[in-house]
Amino acid sequence: MSEAYASTLDISFEVKGGLLMRQLHHWSALFFIVGIALHAARVFFTGAFRKPREINWVIGVVLSLLAAIEGFAGYSLPDDLLSGTGIRAMNGFMMSAPVIGTWMTFFVFGGEFPGEAIIPRLYIVHVLLIPAILVGLFVAHLALVVIHKHTQYPGPGRTNNNVVGFPVMPVYAAKAGGFFFVVFGITALVSALVQINPVWVYGPYDPTQVTAGSQPDFYMWFSDGALRLLPGWLEFELFGTTWSMNIFLGSLLLLPLVWLILGVYPFVEAWITGDKREHHLLDRPRNAPTRTAVGLAAISMYLVLALATINDILAIKLQLSINDITMFFRLMFFVLPVIVFFLTKRICLSLQRHDREKVLHGHETGRIVRTPEGRFFEVHEPMDEYERWALVQHDTYRPLGLEAGGVDEHGVRRPGGGSGLRNALSRFYYKDTIAPVTPAELAAAHHHGEHEALDTPEAAAGIEQHSESVSDTPGAPVSGHVEDDSIGAGRRR
Amino acid sequence: MSSLAARRRSPLALLVLLLLGLTFTGTAYAAFAPKAAPGTSAATATQEDVEAGEQLFLANCATCHGTNAQGVDPIGPSLIGVGAASVDFQVSTGRMPLPAPGVQAERNAAQVQFSEEQISQLAAYVDSLGPGPDVPDEEYLDLEGADIAAGGAAYRTNCAMCHNSSGTGGALTRGKYAPTLMGVEPQHIYEAMLTGPQSMPVFNDQNLTPQEKENVIAFLKYIEDGGNSHGGAGLGSVGPAGDALFVWTIGIGVMIAAAIWIGRKAA
Repeated sequence: MSEAYASTLDISFEVKGGLLMRQLHHWSALFFIVGIALHAARVFFTGAFRKPREINWVIGVVLSLLAAIEGFAGYSLPDDLLSGTGIRAMNGFMMSAPVIGTWMTFFVFGGEFPGEAIIPRLYIVHVLLIPAILVGLFVAHLALVVIHKHTQYPGPGRTNNNVVGFPVMPVYAAKAGGFFFVVFGITALVSALVQINPVWVYGPYDPTQVTAGSQPDFYMWFSDGALRLLPGWLEFELFGTTWSMNIFLGSLLLLPLVWLILGVYPFVEAWITGDKREHHLLDRPRNAPTRTAVGLAAISMYLVLALATINDILAIKLQLSINDITMFFRLMFFVLPVIVFFLTKRICLSLQRHDREKVLHGHETGRIVRTPEGRFFEVHEPMDEYERWALVQHDTYRPLGLEAGGVDEHGVRRPGGGSGLRNALSRFYYKDTIAPVTPAELAAAHHHGEHEALDTPEAAAGIEQHSESVSDTPGAPVSGHVEDDSIGAGRRR
Repeated sequence: MSSLAARRRSPLALLVLLLLGLTFTGTAYAAFAPKAAPGTSAATATQEDVEAGEQLFLANCATCHGTNAQGVDPIGPSLIGVGAASVDFQVSTGRMPLPAPGVQAERNAAQVQFSEEQISQLAAYVDSLGPGPDVPDEEYLDLEGADIAAGGAAYRTNCAMCHNSSGTGGALTRGKYAPTLMGVEPQHIYEAMLTGPQSMPVFNDQNLTPQEKENVIAFLKYIEDGGNSHGGAGLGSVGPAGDALFVWTIGIGVMIAAAIWIGRKAA
């Protein structure tokens, strides 16, 4: 057995508290990555990546990539059977690079696999190189938060020009400091009670051995899963050389691609919306239906790939055929994102309609009143204006309308620019936008005094008309809270 | 007195008694699951045993394996030359007689149909049809003087790729699987290695010597008795999959609950 494995066993069984420290280390790493994933999702779905924070988003994306590499390097170090299998997989990834694969492998491993160089190299990557970059970028990440200030959820008095709330000192500092100890306590408790990476079960690494149910830590699953889903016929021979596209696509292509897509998203969305303004107010996810749907569809694809990594575990636990599971995942990789996109977008749109309903009619009380003529209606309680503000403050984006014949708000033809792709994407994002209630609509609803006034077909038609009328003014986004209520009111009659 | 007596036997007592009875019967049955005596073969059996075995065979096995054990294509293979070890493994783990057609026969102590004596007779009869591996001798099953570490190394080289490094089993193609090795009789583990049932390859005595087989069994019994259980709950011994499930459900759930709790505290 190697010195690395002997040392890991020594830490586990000879050093007092060593096993607890090892488990604490590994569980912390997993919590770290889960935390990164949830943080990234929060930032994405609330639109916190928008100007001026695009660069901080990119830094965050690089940090998450480094965290994954750091994790991979770390779990490769004990040189047990599982981690050695992981390094062997990485070796295969590199070999699948067209033309340079073999040379690259020899360069990284210092010769044939496994050699004696890879563990010391990964060790220095794990304890010095990546931690140094991580700390540097992390400082930049937080410094930018200080410079930009934190984003805030929409609410009364909160605008893009202020930050409402308490300063960091002393309350938030105390809370965050306390939370550190809570997190430490939970992690320590988990590490004391739940086994992780039992290297003594796997045994020392030996290239001739492998154990059933081998898989990497979860943040590398999507790549391993892609390898399990990619069909074998993607490997072919050309001019006497082997091209392993079945491995190349799922590893050397997919790994950078995932982080590349994440990194460029803010710029792509800014390009699609044509929105160059600064945003410090967060979006409620329902108010950006297409973004929310695109994000969840991407997560569903990622999950399909990730779960494909445990197809053998699923097969034995669910008593299914591994072949069926693999075929199912192959299908789901293409079908699930479409379903998820459609469902998410519809749910967002209905939630927005429900918000409109609440603003116009107030809260449902469940109290049914019968009028002298015999009609029934439910009494709605008017919403207080603080609560209402959060539901009506957001912008309404419209498709750019840069195609030929597009005009600006003065009826002047727009100069050229804006490709067909940009228009198409803009339509895809914003063609079925639901505008928040305007003050005019609200006034109309209140003026009638009777909540059912807007329930009549004529009134409903008026709303439809109104939403179309706004799209007559393409280009710049229209603020939901228009001071001049002639747009809405004028079109309503 | 009468009120005391009435209170003493709650109506639930019957349920509890029934439950305990069933549990202990099942456990005791599993513990005393019949199997052929060590060393069983046609050579060690009497002619009466072989004849009794033939009667059992004709009554229980001939439908699929043929009246002369020559096999019935495609439902049952020939049993000529499979040996006593194979018969003992298949019958006394409850795999045969096959209760229902399926992807593969599974171990089920509740399905064992025969007594120890009957299984020995059946094994002796099949062994008499053609030479095959015998039921192993007691000396390789007592695990005395076995080298657990060497057994672990042999296990990882020969068995772990299908049965998992912790012996909890693994998936094979099209719904077949390598079953868990936890709770399997040493004699049955030995016979499985010797005869290679279903998808399993044969590990004959040139491949793994009887002593090495005993080492492997000793290793499996060692981890079954918790020899590898350090560091807390094992989460089903499925590697990082169990960790991922835990950290994404209970782990992060507790963290988020704590975050909400702290966030709710007045500033």
